[in-house]
Amino acid sequence: MARTITFQQAINEALASELERDNTVVVLGEDVVGGAGAPGDDDAWGGVLGVTKGLWGKAPGRVIDTPISESAFIGAAVGAASSGLRPVVELMFVDFMGVCFDQIYNQAAKFRYMFGGKAVTPVVVRTMWGAGIRAASQHSQALYPLFTHVPGLKVVVPSNPYDAKGLLIEAIRDDDPVIFFENKVLYAMEGDVPEESYAIPFGEANIVREGGDVTVVAIGRQVSLAQEAAERLAADGIECEIVDPRTTSPLDEGTIFESVETTGRLVVADEANPRCGLASDIAARVAEECFDSLQAAPKMVTAPHTPVPFSPALEDLYVPSAGRIEEAVREVAGGVKAAAT
Amino acid sequence: MSTAAAPGTGELTKEDMLEHYRVMRTIREFEERLHREFATGEIPGFVHLYAGEEAIAAGVCAHLGPDDYVASTHRGHGHAIAKGCGVKAMMAEIYGKKTGLCHGKGGSMHIADLDKGMLGANGIVGGGPPLVCGVGLSAKVRGTDQVGVSFTGDGGSNQGTFLESLNLASVWDAPCVFVVENNGYAEATSSTYHQKGVDVAKRADGFGMPGIVVDGHDFFAVHEAAGEAIRRARSGGGPTLLECKVNRYFGHFEGDQQTYRAPDEVESIRATRDCLDQFVKRVTSAGLAEQPDLDKIDAEVAELLDSAVAEAKAGPDPTGEDLLTDVYVRY
Repeated sequence: MARTITFQQAINEALASELERDNTVVVLGEDVVGGAGAPGDDDAWGGVLGVTKGLWGKAPGRVIDTPISESAFIGAAVGAASSGLRPVVELMFVDFMGVCFDQIYNQAAKFRYMFGGKAVTPVVVRTMWGAGIRAASQHSQALYPLFTHVPGLKVVVPSNPYDAKGLLIEAIRDDDPVIFFENKVLYAMEGDVPEESYAIPFGEANIVREGGDVTVVAIGRQVSLAQEAAERLAADGIECEIVDPRTTSPLDEGTIFESVETTGRLVVADEANPRCGLASDIAARVAEECFDSLQAAPKMVTAPHTPVPFSPALEDLYVPSAGRIEEAVREVAGGVKAAAT
Repeated sequence: MSTAAAPGTGELTKEDMLEHYRVMRTIREFEERLHREFATGEIPGFVHLYAGEEAIAAGVCAHLGPDDYVASTHRGHGHAIAKGCGVKAMMAEIYGKKTGLCHGKGGSMHIADLDKGMLGANGIVGGGPPLVCGVGLSAKVRGTDQVGVSFTGDGGSNQGTFLESLNLASVWDAPCVFVVENNGYAEATSSTYHQKGVDVAKRADGFGMPGIVVDGHDFFAVHEAAGEAIRRARSGGGPTLLECKVNRYFGHFEGDQQTYRAPDEVESIRATRDCLDQFVKRVTSAGLAEQPDLDKIDAEVAELLDSAVAEAKAGPDPTGEDLLTDVYVRY
């Protein structure tokens, strides 16, 4: 039965249900219990933002605090995945990949291929991403394109509580290394989520809104901003079809191409930096595969090519807004009108 | 911090002796062959040879079963052989053949066989220690008595991953053993420079675990110290740092002219400290094996390597189809 819970609660539920279902699942990371060895409550924190609160009591011995040693404990999760566990390890902020990336892209991602298909590495790395909470340059980036680039990794970027739960359960049951991106602004987002356990397959985009004029592919938090833009555009008679890929690796190109073949116009909304990002990748693939259907040049709505600024006045300009998506859609739609006259 | 007591041949049987000798001889022969074959130009890529360090792989892995795991280094052939990987499939892998242990997709620096508990040679210096922390975690959570052993060079012992792993394993009381094969050189840079010549084992103190130094040319010293460390790990006593002082007979990689070493350095070590020579003297003088038994093993190993090299050369290359397989379990 569905009830309304937050994105953050949806993540917690997915972890709790998988910990209960499968006793090879372990959750580890910095303060995922919170308070280990300290004189107060053992599970004082449940994660730095409380996402894993309460799990420790439900699965004693399988929710484990670590020292602040990302290389060692991400690598330990990879080694544990190679030797019988299904670890869900938390890389608190994705910006911290700088101190442990070797264990992800050189070790976990490559084992299966370079060991001749014999290795299985069922590890999930949960990590927070995204600007918007004034956390500044080293706690705010949208780095999923870097991981999407690496063969051997699967990359999940959920946009709502329902998807967050179903995709995390799928990630834990998947036998490949999965990087699971949780946007911290979305943690408070509410949505209908079934109480029971369910898994959403990877590589299947969700058509969030149907429309015949412009295809808007939106990633993560950009999905809800695109929905806001689409409401305003509909009032002016411009109908957007919003495609949420949900996983950037594998990427459901088929659904994107199919939509563009109908609308002939594409806007990609992506909070990552513009060079070699998801937006440029999707625009390039559409140009390559749907060139004959295109009635206007694809348009990318991204962050600028800068680090994330601290000042609220600047950060609000950094993250692509509903207004910018709206403007881009009007531009590509306008291009068609101009060509027709 | 302690130094292992002078080891004896203790409870070892003749059968054990011959098996340990076979492992060491196989590694030596494997590496000597590669050294010669590499010079012909037929072997692609980088090859890092383990010759001279055989007593460590053999002495440590003698205590491990197929369910225990080792994480190795770029100089990993010896660990793979001692852990039971197929010699012919290893050779074919080094030649980049489809018949190789990893179907030609790994090569010398990524030889692995998970079924044998070999988590892989590793092209990243310091890549292995975090992985065995995970093996230790896995054993603890699943309630098994498995042990994870990482091999690291003196160069690798300066990596953050190594030091972080000592701490993590200690915090978790994980059943891990961190073996440092200190061969005196990080590539071409001497350990007297890159770690001030200080024993790596002393670092164990800082992480609340025992640190032990042994002579890595002496099979019995390694075997005894490793046995104690592995028993301790298996029985819940936590991790150990075991430093083995040793020398490598060849360069950092094949083709290295080793101008950084003294001209007679290797020659004199080979003449006075060779692990196989020492082993043979010990077991024959103790009456634990006869020279003809050892000669027979030498002949069998030579024959095995003859056919391994011949079969590797004759083996098929992988095809274009193989390029695209085995990236994911499911995608």
